[in-house]
Amino acid sequence: MDRRDRFRHNILTSGHSACSGCGEAMASRMVTDLIGPDAIYIGATGCLQVFSSHNQRSAWQAPWMHSVFSNAAAVAAGVEASLQARGKKIPVVVQAGDGGTFDIGLQCLSGMIERGHNVLFVCYDNEAYMNTGVQRSGSTPHAVRTSTSPPGRVSEGKHHVKKDLISIIAAHHMPYAATATVAYFPDLKAKVEKALSIDGPKFLQILSPCPLGWNHDAALSVQVSRLAVETGLFPLVELEHGEVSRVMRLSTQKPVEDYLKLQGRFLHLFNDKQGKTQIRHIQALADTRIRRYGLLDADTNWTSASASIVQRGGRGTYLPVVPAGMSDHNAKAQG
Amino acid sequence: MRKLLEGSRAVAEAVRLCEPQVIAAYPITPQTHIIEHLAQFVADAELHAEFINAESEFGAISIVQGAVAAGSRAFTASASQGLLLMTEVLFNIAGMRLPVVMVCANRAVSAPINIFCDHQDSMSVRDAGWIQLYVETNQEAMDSIVQAYYIAEHCELPVMLCMDGFLLTHTFEPVELLDQDTVKSYLPTFTFNRMLSPDQPHTLGAGSEPENYLEYRYAQHQAMDKSATIVTAAGDKFAAAFGRSYGLLDCYFSQDVETVFVTLGSAMGVVRDVVDTLRAQGESVGAVRLRCFRPFPAEALLAKLEKSCRVIVLEKAFSCGASGIVATELRAALQLAGVSLLVHGYICGLGGRDLTCKVVENIYQQSLAGPIAQRHGFAGINVTSSEGGG
Amino acid sequence: MTHMHSAIYEIRFHGRGGQGVVSAAAVLALAVFENGYETQAFPKFGSERRGAPVEAYVRIAQRPIRTHTQIYTPDVVIIQDATLMHCASVFDGLKPGGNIILNSAGTIKTQLLNHEAYQCLTIAANDIAQKHLSRPLPNMVLLGAFAAISDYASINTLKTAIAGHLQSKGKKIVQSNVDAMMEGYETAINGIGT
Repeated sequence: MDRRDRFRHNILTSGHSACSGCGEAMASRMVTDLIGPDAIYIGATGCLQVFSSHNQRSAWQAPWMHSVFSNAAAVAAGVEASLQARGKKIPVVVQAGDGGTFDIGLQCLSGMIERGHNVLFVCYDNEAYMNTGVQRSGSTPHAVRTSTSPPGRVSEGKHHVKKDLISIIAAHHMPYAATATVAYFPDLKAKVEKALSIDGPKFLQILSPCPLGWNHDAALSVQVSRLAVETGLFPLVELEHGEVSRVMRLSTQKPVEDYLKLQGRFLHLFNDKQGKTQIRHIQALADTRIRRYGLLDADTNWTSASASIVQRGGRGTYLPVVPAGMSDHNAKAQG
Repeated sequence: MRKLLEGSRAVAEAVRLCEPQVIAAYPITPQTHIIEHLAQFVADAELHAEFINAESEFGAISIVQGAVAAGSRAFTASASQGLLLMTEVLFNIAGMRLPVVMVCANRAVSAPINIFCDHQDSMSVRDAGWIQLYVETNQEAMDSIVQAYYIAEHCELPVMLCMDGFLLTHTFEPVELLDQDTVKSYLPTFTFNRMLSPDQPHTLGAGSEPENYLEYRYAQHQAMDKSATIVTAAGDKFAAAFGRSYGLLDCYFSQDVETVFVTLGSAMGVVRDVVDTLRAQGESVGAVRLRCFRPFPAEALLAKLEKSCRVIVLEKAFSCGASGIVATELRAALQLAGVSLLVHGYICGLGGRDLTCKVVENIYQQSLAGPIAQRHGFAGINVTSSEGGG
Repeated sequence: MTHMHSAIYEIRFHGRGGQGVVSAAAVLALAVFENGYETQAFPKFGSERRGAPVEAYVRIAQRPIRTHTQIYTPDVVIIQDATLMHCASVFDGLKPGGNIILNSAGTIKTQLLNHEAYQCLTIAANDIAQKHLSRPLPNMVLLGAFAAISDYASINTLKTAIAGHLQSKGKKIVQSNVDAMMEGYETAINGIGT
């Protein structure tokens, strides 16, 4: 534990320079505090790396190394190999943004997974290259305004659909791949703990709102994250050895407009007819994802409603409150 | 028409006027504004090009290789880590003699990670076989884009235009805009007679054996040497069309003076100010800016320097374990020509460390006192913070 | 050694990421250029974060500006965020007799000024900005105040500069920024700030 704090490790400690409301900082705090100081963290180039370690300072209270942009998974594989060779059991954790995962990082990530390294790769997905000024990535949803996919006379924003990375990762038939987001901490917690219990490659994609790049009020990060899930745009799923093993059911399906209208990066879609068409496309995408994963009718008591009701446990922990008569999700998750 | 433009914007405007058909881009500070402006031009149909957001710099330069080989004028830009990631393909493009043009927004390399200006990135790929031009101002950056396409397409050698990251890319300066018609008449439509086409199938990049690899590399080297003439010709033709002239070097009171500063990039601005100050005090001093670094303009440089007693090289990169790169090449050229001239090599401005008039003036005073004790000086170094690893 | 080129007038902006500091420098340079001067504007880059301290600079001269060094002895310091006075050395190098334009509803504490004879202008720019822009974005208000104390940029050239720089944001935003700038100018001219 952090000497100054009885309840949290504060692996990512205060003094870093993230923007207020940063979803990635939130997610990283959640993840690293769940893992703790007895781990080795590899950081790809990106917002988290920059705001936690700039100008000769570090906010990391655990061993941490900056790789470069493309190779965090490979560097982590090397660390893991060294630990293997010396018989040491310490979790090796990569923290990368969507840039360092979906695009430039994909080659090394695939290699690490294919060779079966015991590495947890965490992608904080804020859907663009935020650190360098909001340029589009393979993770940017279509129709989004970024500085390299700007709307204009002949453009509605990013042309292409968000890369379905979780499927690519799962297609490696590796032990565990899951999506999560900051609005559902108990769900994220269960997934991190599940991942840590597995020997082999595991992958978490955590949707992390960016108030600057998504252009929303810094106070709304959690709300935006929740709406991404409740609209069906960002399904919370788990895949084991290539098959969907569990999903979070949506108690209700919110229309995508509730999500889009909070964010300036979608503002141009509300101006004209073509924009309205794009909104319908986005709704169709959400509907497709819901159908694909059965998000409205999955046989589970783990829902977007129940996952939001939490109970304070001891030492700063949170427990989900499960409706009476239903089995506990955590028991299911570890089953 | 004169306008106040950010350097990146000026470059993007020049690229637009050259009408590339394919632009591949991957963002890295401090190049980002260049590609963002180009993205907006394409989004607004002000430039008709395929704008491709690549998956990495390696992807971006590979896309450009393919586009040019297939017969399209193309463009990309990078810096620092991104440029280094492109390295394999840079050699490949040069070896295939493809007329590619790119901008390097000069930035320091990791580790330690640093986003500010120095020349280590482009200097580190100086052997790749690309023509390298280093610009001093946003005007020159704009003007040199147009010349770069001319040079590349006439020599069938790739051209890397190096402009100081932040110092030029993010600085607003007055520039004289270029007009489309004059650019069109200066730069003919791109044709590449070895392009990939079923009409006349060529093989690009076949293997070679010990029996012939040397000859290919020698031919490439000869082409590089000859390209110096094309760089000069492109500059002269530009002068005729636009009224501003450029060449291999840029000289400032360097004729028959005792001491000559030699430098590259925007640092020349500070050097000009210092030369003025010193000359007003009666000092015999001038400056030469190396605009063209590859091919290394040994002859032209020697012609400017041979009447002087000492040269002070101010450069923003070094070869770790050896010495300053420009200083070393200059010393070699002098020795080959049998010219005896004291070269003081200074490494300055690394990682964006500001090179001020005061620092340059101190260097001048030191050089008058005699040769520096080590092979090279590190200008303005803070000794206590230099201990320990990065 | 006296610097031959002290005919260059230098302005330094201080603010936080998200307060339009870099825009302020760009717009001022555009206005100054419009007025027939040679000029240069550039940011000091830190990491690109909202809230992090940011500086930007403008040089103004009669002859073309050749240097690209940082500014160490500004003639004017414009402080967009008063909280910076406690954690950044915002007055470093300010020439004796130099101008300070401070975004503040209060007055400037004399002990912060190191007893130099600076000319201070404080203006509640956030409040003025809130009125016209519905957000506390003080940059154009402060440029208006600058126009009140200097001949390099006039309200007319600032209007043109704002229209040019914010063109892509639409007429409404351009107008509201011009209005904010004008009220900054009027306030400063009328000496309501101390």
